[in-house]
Amino acid sequence: MDKTVNQKAWFLVLPVFLVVAFSAVIPLMTVVNYSMQDTFGNNQFFWNGVGWFKELLDPSTDLGGRFLASLGRNLLFSAIILAIEVPLGIVVALSMPREGWSVAACLVILALPLLIPWNVVGTIWQIFGRPDIGLLGYVLNHLGLDYNYVSNDVDAWITVIVMDVWHWTSLVALLCYAGLKSIPDAYYQAAQIDGASRWAVFKAIQLPKMNRVLLIAVLLRFMDSFMIYTEPFVVTGGGPGNSTTFVSIELVKIALGQFDLGKAAALSLVYNLIILIVCWVFYTVMTNAGSERPAKEGVA
Amino acid sequence: MARIDLVDLAHSYGGNDAPPESFALKPVTMTWRQGGAYALLGPSGCGKTTLLNLISGIVTPSRGKILFDGRDITPLSTQKRNIAQVFQFPVIYDTMTVGENLAFPLKNRGVAKAEVNARVKQIADLLDLTPYLNRKATRLTADAKQKISLGRGLVRSDVAAVLFDEPLTVIDPELKWQLRSKLKALHREFDLTMIYVTHDQTEALTFADTVVVMHDGRVVQSGTPAELFDKPAHTFVGYFIGSPGMNILPAEVSGHEARIDGHVIGLRRNYGVLPSSKKIEIGVRPEFVDVAAPASGLLSAAIERIDDLGRIQFARVRVGNAKFAARVPPGFSIPGNTAGLIFNPAHVHVYADSQLVEGVA
Repeated sequence: MDKTVNQKAWFLVLPVFLVVAFSAVIPLMTVVNYSMQDTFGNNQFFWNGVGWFKELLDPSTDLGGRFLASLGRNLLFSAIILAIEVPLGIVVALSMPREGWSVAACLVILALPLLIPWNVVGTIWQIFGRPDIGLLGYVLNHLGLDYNYVSNDVDAWITVIVMDVWHWTSLVALLCYAGLKSIPDAYYQAAQIDGASRWAVFKAIQLPKMNRVLLIAVLLRFMDSFMIYTEPFVVTGGGPGNSTTFVSIELVKIALGQFDLGKAAALSLVYNLIILIVCWVFYTVMTNAGSERPAKEGVA
Repeated sequence: MARIDLVDLAHSYGGNDAPPESFALKPVTMTWRQGGAYALLGPSGCGKTTLLNLISGIVTPSRGKILFDGRDITPLSTQKRNIAQVFQFPVIYDTMTVGENLAFPLKNRGVAKAEVNARVKQIADLLDLTPYLNRKATRLTADAKQKISLGRGLVRSDVAAVLFDEPLTVIDPELKWQLRSKLKALHREFDLTMIYVTHDQTEALTFADTVVVMHDGRVVQSGTPAELFDKPAHTFVGYFIGSPGMNILPAEVSGHEARIDGHVIGLRRNYGVLPSSKKIEIGVRPEFVDVAAPASGLLSAAIERIDDLGRIQFARVRVGNAKFAARVPPGFSIPGNTAGLIFNPAHVHVYADSQLVEGVA
C-alpha cells in the first residue's frame, strides 16, 4: 500500500510552533538582536557586534564594572543566605513534631511567609525596619543601636538578609521535613539498638537521607536569591549608594532607567547563561547522586 | 547471652485501659531458655512483631515484666538491653562502608579502636563479608545488607539475644536457604538466643527448635515442629501449619467414638461426655486419612480434584458441605466421583471450642 501524502498534517504542529515562537524564540531573538546594537532613542539602532559583551567582562569599563560588582554582591548575598537558611531549615525540620495536631499547625505557620507576595514582604520589612515608625528600627535605636538601613551599608545588608531568611527558610524546612518523614522507623530503631547518640543518628541517618531534598533546596534557594529583585528593591532600592544593587536591579536600571537597550540585552543574556549553567551543574550532580544502584553480583 | 522470661506480659497500643479484646498482645507468660532458637509464627497482625518489639524495648509494655536472666529489664531503654535486631528491610548506614557499618555499634559504645578492628574482622569473616569491607554498603545486594544488619548485632560481645523481624522478606528465594543455614550455623557457634518472627511456616520450622504459634494476640502453642504437626493444641495451629492444613469437621464425640452425619469414626482415646455448650470438632491431618473405594463402613466424600505434589497426592473432597483433604494411596486410582475415607484413629484429635481435648487412654 502506498503511503498517503498528506501535507495537512503540518497544520497539527502549527499551534505548538506558534506558541513556542511567540513565547520563547521571538522574544529571545529580539534580545539577541538588541545585544548586538546600540541605540540613542528614537528607534535608531547602530551595529555594535560583540562590543557590549566585551565591555561586560572588562571591569575597567562602566558597564563591566557595574555588572561585575553587582554580580559579586549577588554571589555574596546567595552564599550568605544559603549558609544561614540551609542549616536553619534543617534545625527547624528536626525540631518539628512527628505526629499529632501540632504537625498541621507547624506546617501552616511555616507556609505563611511563602504565601506572601514578594513586594508585600518587601513593604513589611521596609516599614518594620524604619527607625521612626517601624517596630524593629524603633526598638533597636532605643536600645542604643544605631540602626538605619537607609544610610548604613551594613544595616541595609543585614535587613535584606534577615528578610530573605524570614521569607524562605520555611521552604528549606518543609523540604527537609518531607525528607525526614520518608525515613522508615526501622532506621531509628536500629540506631537505638546500635547505641547511637543524637548526633550520630543525624550524621549517619538523617543527613544522608536528606541528601536529595537538600540538593533541591540549595538549587531553588540559589536560583531565587541569584535572581532576587523585588524585595531589596522595595526595601533599599539598591542603596545606600550601590551597596544592595544586585544584578537584576542593575539590569532594570540600565534597561529602563537609562534606556540602554543594547547593554541591557547583553547583560540579560550573560545573566541568563550563568543561571542555565548553574542549573545544569546541579542537574548533573543530582542525577549522578540518584544513579547509585546496588551492584549486581551476589554476596554469599 | 540470657534466659528470657516473660511474666504476664501484655500490650495495647490504645493504652492499658483499652478493652482486653483490643490488646495487640494478650497476657502471656513464658520462658525462653538461653541459647534456644525460637520462631514466632503467625499471620499478619497476630501480635508477633509487637512481642518482638517489647523484647527489644522499642515498645514499652502496657502490663507485665520482661526478665533477662532473672533481672527485670522492662524499664530499660533499647540501648541498655544488649539486644540485636535485624529488621524486615535492611537498615544500612548509607554513607559508611561495610566495615564502618559493622564498627558503628562499637564506636558508639566507646570501644578502643584496636578491639573494634579485631571484632569487625572476625565478624566479617564469619559472614563472608571480608572482600566488601571497604565498599560502600549502599551498593550491595539485599542479602549482603541483611548480613551487615546482623553483623552489627554480632560485633557486640555482650548481646543477650538476636531478634529477627521477617528478615528474609526481601531476599531472593535461592539465597534465602543460604542465609538461613548461615543463621543456623551462627546459632550453633555462638550459643546465642535467637528469636525469629515470620509468617512463613517453612522458615519457622526449619530455623527453630521451638516454634511459638501466635493467633489474634495470643500464644496458642509453643513446641517443637514435630509437636505442632502431630498434636496441634488449637485448631488454628492445625490449620496454619502443614500444607494442606489440618481437616476440621464438626462432630459429636462421646467415649471412643466421633459421629459425623451419623457415621462413626473410631478414636484412640476415651473422651467421655463433653460439655454440650462447646463447639466440638475433630481434627485430622490429610496425611492420616486415605481415600478408598466407597464402602458401607466408610465416611463417603465427593471428590473435587486431585493435587499431585509429586512425592504425594492429595484428594480435595467434600464431606457434606465441608472441604476436606485426604491422601491418595500410591497406585490407587479413583473409580468415580465419590470415595470412602479411612481414618487413622491415632491421629484424630478432638477440639472443644478450638482447644485440644486430651482424652483418657
